[in-house]
Amino acid sequence: MIRLSIPVRQALAKLTLPLLIAAAFGLMLLGKADALLAERARMALADALAPIFGVLAEPLSTVRTVSDDVEETFSLYSENARLREENERLRRWQAVALALEAENTTLKANLQWIPDPAPSFVSAHVVADAGGVYARAVLLSIGPNHSVQKGQIALDERGLVGRVTELGSRSARVLLITDINSRIPVVLEGSRARAMLVGTNGPRPRLIYWPEGQPPAEGEHVVTSAEANAYPAGLPVGIVHYTGNKIAEVEPAARLDRLEVVRLFDYGLHGVVPPESQSSLRAAGPERRR
Amino acid sequence: MAARRGFPGTTTALLLLLTAAPLALPGQAELQASVALASVFFWSLFRPDSMPPAVVFALGLLADLLGYAPPGVEVLTLLVVHGLALRWRRVLARQGFLLVWLAFVGVAIGAATLQWMLTSLLSVRLLPPGPGLFEAAIGAGLYPALATLLTHAHQTLAEPEQA
Repeated sequence: MIRLSIPVRQALAKLTLPLLIAAAFGLMLLGKADALLAERARMALADALAPIFGVLAEPLSTVRTVSDDVEETFSLYSENARLREENERLRRWQAVALALEAENTTLKANLQWIPDPAPSFVSAHVVADAGGVYARAVLLSIGPNHSVQKGQIALDERGLVGRVTELGSRSARVLLITDINSRIPVVLEGSRARAMLVGTNGPRPRLIYWPEGQPPAEGEHVVTSAEANAYPAGLPVGIVHYTGNKIAEVEPAARLDRLEVVRLFDYGLHGVVPPESQSSLRAAGPERRR
Repeated sequence: MAARRGFPGTTTALLLLLTAAPLALPGQAELQASVALASVFFWSLFRPDSMPPAVVFALGLLADLLGYAPPGVEVLTLLVVHGLALRWRRVLARQGFLLVWLAFVGVAIGAATLQWMLTSLLSVRLLPPGPGLFEAAIGAGLYPALATLLTHAHQTLAEPEQA
């Protein structure tokens, strides 16, 4: 270590804070100028932490299950009655669904319908909530030799969760549909009208840009639209709900506040290509460009 | 000696990582931001030697990379809080707990506003200010508990004179 006289050392100590504040501004500019660099740094940290969080997640989820179990024991009786009633109702619906499925199959057979290829998927554990104060995202832990790509679509067992936006070697970040940067082309199932689903960082994203004269109806189901070739058509997104101020929101079908396992689907869609793959496409030559 | 000196920085980093872990607490993101804020404020006020600007910078960077925010925002916020704590140190360190707490509430509100402004500016969009206010409120509520723990650590574990 270099020996410095006391006044020089004091002057240096006084300078450190202003210099570091300037460096913080520089960091902001750098992050703005080279978004990829920030993303790489973030994913390097996430890759290091994902296995640790993954190990932590298991006992924590056990604790949560136990506490849920304890809560449920208190409402067993009423819950049982409710489930019995719901089961009756669903059984009637199952009969309808089976009849419709059979009818659909015969109709498709008559039409020489070309079925969509079944998409491949991988399941991944959600190991951390990775949004911060002004974003909504989750961190997934994936194996080192994964086939996950940016832009793949994440679903939980009930509906659409989001899209993979950042990818490391052992982890992936999924931007949720509630994030303020999320824009999803959707179809209102009742009227077949198209609209955009816009995240607000709140628990329920909003609907905008529906055709004039076809406002979304309360309780209407919302599914994804194949427009822009970013999503396949017909993935369940949620149910329309109007707020007190007459704003059309969508209650997500997916349980975004308690995600544990999500499935990442590869539909082979490249409608909205994230920046990194664009540059790699360019590097790969014109024959791979879409 | 070095371990005791490094205690504040290390525990703050560990607290950051812990609050990023999958605890599934409601408002965990806000909790993470306010834990960093309270911890940096406390140590900058009562033990600035163990919380030098470089460590504050590193902690801010860690917090930024753990979240999805534009990098640099948390770094700047924490450095400003550190600077303010240093400046007010002579007055505040002699005051009772209540006044320090009140000062922290002011700092937390200011820091949340700064963070909100910077994030809005960098993402070129007016973000809803709700989460920022929530963050400040959590910080204000959390500070007494955290300060009690840290004061205890300050007098025992992290005391360089005891080494």
